[in-house]
Amino acid sequence: MQSKISIKDLDFFYGKAQALYDISLEIPEREVVAFIGPSGCGKSTFLRTLNRMNDTIPIASVKGQVIIDGKDVYAPGTDVVALRRKVGMVFQKSNPFPKSIFENVAYGIRINGIHSSKEDMNNRVEKALRDAALWDEVKDRLSTSAFGLSGGQQQRLCIARALAVQPDVILMDEPASALDPIATQKIEELVVELKKNYTIVIVTHNMQQAARVSDRTAFFMLGKLIEYNPTQKMFTNPNEKLTEDYITGRFG
Amino acid sequence: MAEAATVHSKRRITNLVMTSLTAICAVFATSVLLIIIGFIAYQGISSLSWEFLTDTPKPVGEGGGIGNAIVGSAMMTLLAAAIGLPVGIAAGVYLAEFGKNWYGNTIRFIADTLIGVPSIIIGIFIYTVVVMPMGRQSGLAGGLALAIIMIPIVARTTEEMINLVPNSMREGALALGAPQWRVSWNIVLPAATSGIATGAMLAIARITGETAPLLFTALNSRFYNFYYDQPMSSLTVQIYNFATGPFEVEHAMAWAATLLLVGFILVINIVVRYLTRKKY
Repeated sequence: MQSKISIKDLDFFYGKAQALYDISLEIPEREVVAFIGPSGCGKSTFLRTLNRMNDTIPIASVKGQVIIDGKDVYAPGTDVVALRRKVGMVFQKSNPFPKSIFENVAYGIRINGIHSSKEDMNNRVEKALRDAALWDEVKDRLSTSAFGLSGGQQQRLCIARALAVQPDVILMDEPASALDPIATQKIEELVVELKKNYTIVIVTHNMQQAARVSDRTAFFMLGKLIEYNPTQKMFTNPNEKLTEDYITGRFG
Repeated sequence: MAEAATVHSKRRITNLVMTSLTAICAVFATSVLLIIIGFIAYQGISSLSWEFLTDTPKPVGEGGGIGNAIVGSAMMTLLAAAIGLPVGIAAGVYLAEFGKNWYGNTIRFIADTLIGVPSIIIGIFIYTVVVMPMGRQSGLAGGLALAIIMIPIVARTTEEMINLVPNSMREGALALGAPQWRVSWNIVLPAATSGIATGAMLAIARITGETAPLLFTALNSRFYNFYYDQPMSSLTVQIYNFATGPFEVEHAMAWAATLLLVGFILVINIVVRYLTRKKY
């Protein structure tokens, strides 16, 4: 298996409190990996170490390695801006910018100077919106405010925004937890579709969602990685008793 | 049972009394404002005319207009806003986005202190550092004094408005590979625009009503003056001069000028209410 991301002996601290313990994990290219586990188990924290979003927390510190395409992202001199362009992120709560639908998608393209002309920009925005399965719903109102969209549409807009800068990896932090079942289904179909071109890591509280969309599942508890296996195996014949108890709803 | 009933009715009476008291105080507070505005309108409206708005004051006691004072107030407010808004807004952005450290705390404390400094002291300060070296009072000095009053107000309201922008928006932009300054500049600042504009307009309304800092900085002038290096008339100082003089006709003019000033401030406040109403 070709690893896109390999994490080696990762420890994470908020000040003196340790949040992640000695995590090692391989994430293959163009697969969907789901992180599951009870609230506060560190799965979101772990996800955010992959694109160094935790850098914004002054007291956070990291030990260990996160190697993406052969390079340790915590090595001194790493260009965090370039890293985040390569490793996009979609958040739990949709967070469109106070701009038009078009400008929301164009923003990342513009700040990274990816486009060559105005026409190229239009094409890129359209492609991103199509890839996020949103184009048909918004093509006639691209210049209206992004806040006028429904919650599910806003979340797909945020996915389009992330796709527009052409990342390799997309991190999704409970992307459907605030959405109704129909919007959730759309996001899930989208995740499966995006797998063709992107490596996707998704944090979810929804066990069925993990089973439906992911190729591999990692189960976290109290900052430790308990088990990491192909999803099929995790949900039918897990190695660990803890995993089985959690998946079958005996705790958590 | 009887005892419970007494306790119950006692509580009801206390409740009634206290509610009425607060209601009376609320009516009192707002009616004072209405009475003031009504009284000013009653006293001032008869002297308002086109000539009053465009003429300059005639020799002492003979009436005339306040056109030069309107122009002077506008010019000094403009100068103050041109300096005070960019500096104040930039300082507010700094405080909100980067100022969570001892340096930011110090600036915040100084700004709060400056807001509380009586405005005449700012006038004296400008008198010492601008008027004395220049050798005369000027519109420039007046505008600078007003700018100093404006900066801390704008900075603190800007900071508060920016703090209201949800952190998730910043993260969204950072996750796209935006550097911190770009996040502040083209995501956070636009998201806070309507709030910042509100603060800016209220600050403008506030400085338009200032008299003390203009008394020995801009002084006054009986003529139209379009040059910042010359003494400049303003509505507030003109009102002060008219009102403290012995002539009936000037007292009437002071009322009319006051009506104009209050009307302007009222309009700004109403516009601000309208702009903020749209958002929530």
